[in-house]
Amino acid sequence: MHYFRPTSLADALAIRADHDVTVLAGGTDVYPVRTARRAWGDPAHKDVLDISAVTELRGISEEADHVRLGALTTWSALASAGLPPLFDGYVQAARAVGGVQVQNLGTLAGNIVTASPAGDGIPNLLALDAMVELASRAGTRTLPFAGFATGYRQTALRPDEIVTALILPKLTGARSTFLKLGARAYLVISIAMVAAVVATDAEDRITAVRIAVGACSAVAQRLTALEAALLGQPLGQAAGLVMAGHLAGLAPIDDVRATAAYRLAAAESLVRDALTDLAATAARRAA
Amino acid sequence: MLDRPAFPTVSLIVNGTDRTVAADPFASLADTLREGLGLTGTKVGCDAGDCGACTVLMDGAQVCACLVATAQAEGRAITTIEAADPLIDRLRAAFLAAGAAQCGICTPGMIMAAADLLARNPSPTRREIEDGIGGVLCRCTGYIKIIEAIEAVARGANAFAPVAEAGAAVGARIARADGLPKVQGTDRFGADFAPEGALWLRAVRSPHARARFTLGNLAAVKAAHPGLEAILTASDIPGANSFGIFPTIKDQPVLAPGFVRYRGEAILALVGSRAAVEGIADAALPITWEVEPALIGVEAALAAGATPLHANIPDNVLTRGYLETGDVAEGHRLGAATAEGRFRTGFVEHAYIEPEAGYAIRVGDRIEVTACTQAAVMDQEEVARVVGISMAQVRIIPSACGGGFGGKLDVSIQPLIAVAAWLTKKPVRIVYSRTESMASTTKRHPSQIHALMSADAEGRFTAYEMTGDFNTGAYASWGPTVANRVPVHATGPYKVPHVRNATRAVHTNEVPAGAFRGFGVPQAALAGETLIDDLAERLGIDRWAIRRINAIDHGDRTPTGQILHASAGLPQCLDAVKAGYDTLMAEAAAHNAPGGRMARGVGVACMWYGCGNTSMSNPSKMRITLGRDGRLTFLNGAVDIGQGSSTVLLQIAADALGLPTAAFDFVVGDTDRTPDAGKTSASRQTFVSGNAAKLAGMDLRAKILALANAGPQARMSLDGDRLTVEDGEASRVIDLSVLGSEADAIVLAGEGEYDPPTTALDARGQGIPYATYGFAAQVAEVEVDRLLGTVKVTRILAAHDVGRAVNPTLTEGQIHGGIAQGLGLALMEEYLPGRTENLHDYLIPTAGDMPEITIHLVEDTEPEGPFGAKGVGEPALVATAPAILGAIRHAVGVRMTEVPVLPHRLWAAMQGREAAE
Repeated sequence: MHYFRPTSLADALAIRADHDVTVLAGGTDVYPVRTARRAWGDPAHKDVLDISAVTELRGISEEADHVRLGALTTWSALASAGLPPLFDGYVQAARAVGGVQVQNLGTLAGNIVTASPAGDGIPNLLALDAMVELASRAGTRTLPFAGFATGYRQTALRPDEIVTALILPKLTGARSTFLKLGARAYLVISIAMVAAVVATDAEDRITAVRIAVGACSAVAQRLTALEAALLGQPLGQAAGLVMAGHLAGLAPIDDVRATAAYRLAAAESLVRDALTDLAATAARRAA
Repeated sequence: MLDRPAFPTVSLIVNGTDRTVAADPFASLADTLREGLGLTGTKVGCDAGDCGACTVLMDGAQVCACLVATAQAEGRAITTIEAADPLIDRLRAAFLAAGAAQCGICTPGMIMAAADLLARNPSPTRREIEDGIGGVLCRCTGYIKIIEAIEAVARGANAFAPVAEAGAAVGARIARADGLPKVQGTDRFGADFAPEGALWLRAVRSPHARARFTLGNLAAVKAAHPGLEAILTASDIPGANSFGIFPTIKDQPVLAPGFVRYRGEAILALVGSRAAVEGIADAALPITWEVEPALIGVEAALAAGATPLHANIPDNVLTRGYLETGDVAEGHRLGAATAEGRFRTGFVEHAYIEPEAGYAIRVGDRIEVTACTQAAVMDQEEVARVVGISMAQVRIIPSACGGGFGGKLDVSIQPLIAVAAWLTKKPVRIVYSRTESMASTTKRHPSQIHALMSADAEGRFTAYEMTGDFNTGAYASWGPTVANRVPVHATGPYKVPHVRNATRAVHTNEVPAGAFRGFGVPQAALAGETLIDDLAERLGIDRWAIRRINAIDHGDRTPTGQILHASAGLPQCLDAVKAGYDTLMAEAAAHNAPGGRMARGVGVACMWYGCGNTSMSNPSKMRITLGRDGRLTFLNGAVDIGQGSSTVLLQIAADALGLPTAAFDFVVGDTDRTPDAGKTSASRQTFVSGNAAKLAGMDLRAKILALANAGPQARMSLDGDRLTVEDGEASRVIDLSVLGSEADAIVLAGEGEYDPPTTALDARGQGIPYATYGFAAQVAEVEVDRLLGTVKVTRILAAHDVGRAVNPTLTEGQIHGGIAQGLGLALMEEYLPGRTENLHDYLIPTAGDMPEITIHLVEDTEPEGPFGAKGVGEPALVATAPAILGAIRHAVGVRMTEVPVLPHRLWAAMQGREAAE
């Protein structure tokens, strides 16, 4: 097994192009997978491309119309970056992943490349209308996150590509929230989760809204029917407008953590809770 | 090693010192710290970022060292528990004083997480502390004393545990006698040490629950892997290829002989260099499987025509337990109300944070096994049997034990490494992976209980009747113990005149179920306490009151016909929680009055638990020697698995002798040196070994007094090798340095042996199964989210009759930890073979899941106990889950009969109730 640890993006991309590698950054997914396989006598491992020393992948920068998060940005770095209220939900997710040890290592890009249905960052990226920046030796391309996450643990990432950054567009006057449901306080895999972004006008009417639900389908989903129904409505009344039908596009499964029926009902409650939270924050700000 | 590739070097700064180490760049930092740099204070509990035991600081921020590639540590500053650091020193002292370290396996990780927290936030709130340590799992303490220790450091409080004077040790909150190495990271657990050049052993395990297999050409495999020293199969076992708890039921093979009965059963042992045994894929081994349909669950195993697991047990019923007193039909007739219920519980994993580990070494015609265990002498018997040698040829040296809870009573690694070391004549070590530990070692028995209970119009219980099937898995382990303990305890600690309890332990093709804190009693208590709540509701009697009416008391008769002459403190326990119960009930009523989504509820439950083995001789022997150097050596064979027996027994022995605890040195559980204290199980060490320790102390005292010709009231003191005995006006100084034999430098020795008085149970379960019982009443307060079905346990009031709290700090620690495990049983823990065999799918409570706990220690002196004491280890857990279920029912009106009450289960039950309305 080869272990590559390049220090430049160009070198990393060359290795990525020429070898069949596991890309390693924070290690919070790579090591548990290795451990699980080894436990049942499967010690083989692909070559490893450790990108943690690639300086171009670091850093958080706030521009006029967007925030750029380098691929190596950790949950903890996101949480302490002092980003505007639009990103509150993503920050809440950062504080809800694993424990502090995992938050200090795990990267935002790793979360989307692993593409677990229960990935805590993912509904936020949908709600934020995030873009994913990908690089290969052939060049750089940018995909909307919705186009990046293609299925259960599947993404549009090509075998020669590396995620280099997340681009989060700003939305004037908007704020967000995130709710995670699990069976214990810390170190818990989500049963269901909701991320919501909302902007309102001076009369508290919703001018923009994006709501995404995670762990209730192979890939987290936006609730576009609900979003359409909420546009123009007073935020204070939004929670009351949520109907079961708005979640009809979700396709939760039964697993050891919960039943499908429960997930659907819980997601509906969480969506209302998220809207109630956002309305309460708005009221607090007004007060 | 020849097959070890040459690794590059990595330079890192460890605890302020530049270190360079050759290591696989992909090896985890935890592995490199431990195996490459010998810094074994950093523990590995899961190797997957799930438990936080390996928490270190990297450039000052806490990380799981098992998730960091060694290459990524290049140039980084790594701080481990071995660091010299003022903040870490304060945490060490506070952890020691508060009793925040029990077994100590999570302690290094916990201290590092706390150091990270306090360095960033010197005055954290309780919530911030929980956030800060939320990534480290502890299975012993319930986190309460850990949080208190961190709060003390944040306050700047001085952390000193009291030092007990001579004769004043019992009842004192002295620090753990074995605590310092635990907070320093120097305590040596099973994986922390092995002889230089030890071979590694990896067991190859069945991925199938039931299958036959044949092995191909293993010699070719060995030839192809030069690092392999041996591939062991069933036919290589030199002695009997079988082990088991009961002398008459040695049913479990060390290595399966061509047929496996559960997923996770060992079939081969690869012995060689670490790289070799870890590098061979199971798929590359010449194993041909013929999978057979497995019997999963007791229904399948009991179905007509089910294939037997064991030829000698055609119906798959390993054993039956039975108790009958009075006439249960008549008892139901006397009742004004009868409640009935069917209850289910699943497999529960012990989830000690230390996976099994240790090493064996052959010394001439003897074998020495150093490993984590709860039962050194039982290990000695099993190893002798499988190696085919006498017990005298086997030496067991327990390592520090990183949690047990019953799961380390059975042998696991011991036969494997003993056989391998015996055959290869080289030291052999093993470290189970988390998944291997979970998949292959024992669990709590899943249960299916059907029970009926009646009470008269005044609420007096008239009858209890239960049948219970306990899934004992593929092998017997402690199945008979569970089947026998449950009928005795199933009525709960109440006066019930008419009782019939019948149990079966049933074999299935699942992981063996064995001993787990309570031996079936927690499962039975869920049924009984729920039926009591049913009766209270039917009869319009308060739930606390109906328990108080029926609480067993001094002079009352148990269902086995035993009269409780003393130390039956359940009424006091119930009285101790009454005011709190009333307050919580009133608060819940006020909270719930306006309606709303968050419903509050209060539940109450009681328990009892017999200390010691059921109707069996279970002696303990202790020895104390006084050396020519004036040091006392306590030869204590009781294994301290974190619960604190080394400290408690020391306190008892010291007071019996009349010298301070500080004068003692320790030898714990080395079978070559310590007499047999029996196993650390059944809440027996404080009571049984405590009596032996007391007798040993008294014996030595009598010998000293005889030597000094002093009376029984004499006071003793030690100053170096000078022993002063003062008896009234007379005083005599004994120069120990000139006494005793040259050979062993021992001047005097005291010995004590104790076996609790019990009698056999007859065919109707009548007799005296235990010399004494622990009692408790617990009240739980919960908040239930009616929409999400989530339950937050907010408060627990726990009153425990412990006879005498020998060390109240340790007693409280047992209760906190028991409550945490009871909470886990009630709300989140469910082991599903092949599905929840890691610590992210199998959930145990974290620091953020614990309620506020108020403990009332009731000391209804046990005259048979040492200084009045009896056990608390298992009693701590039993009442919690039923109290939580009662509180959920009080909050939202649904009667849960299956645990864990995961959110989706409670939600479904609430939906069902709404539909019914």
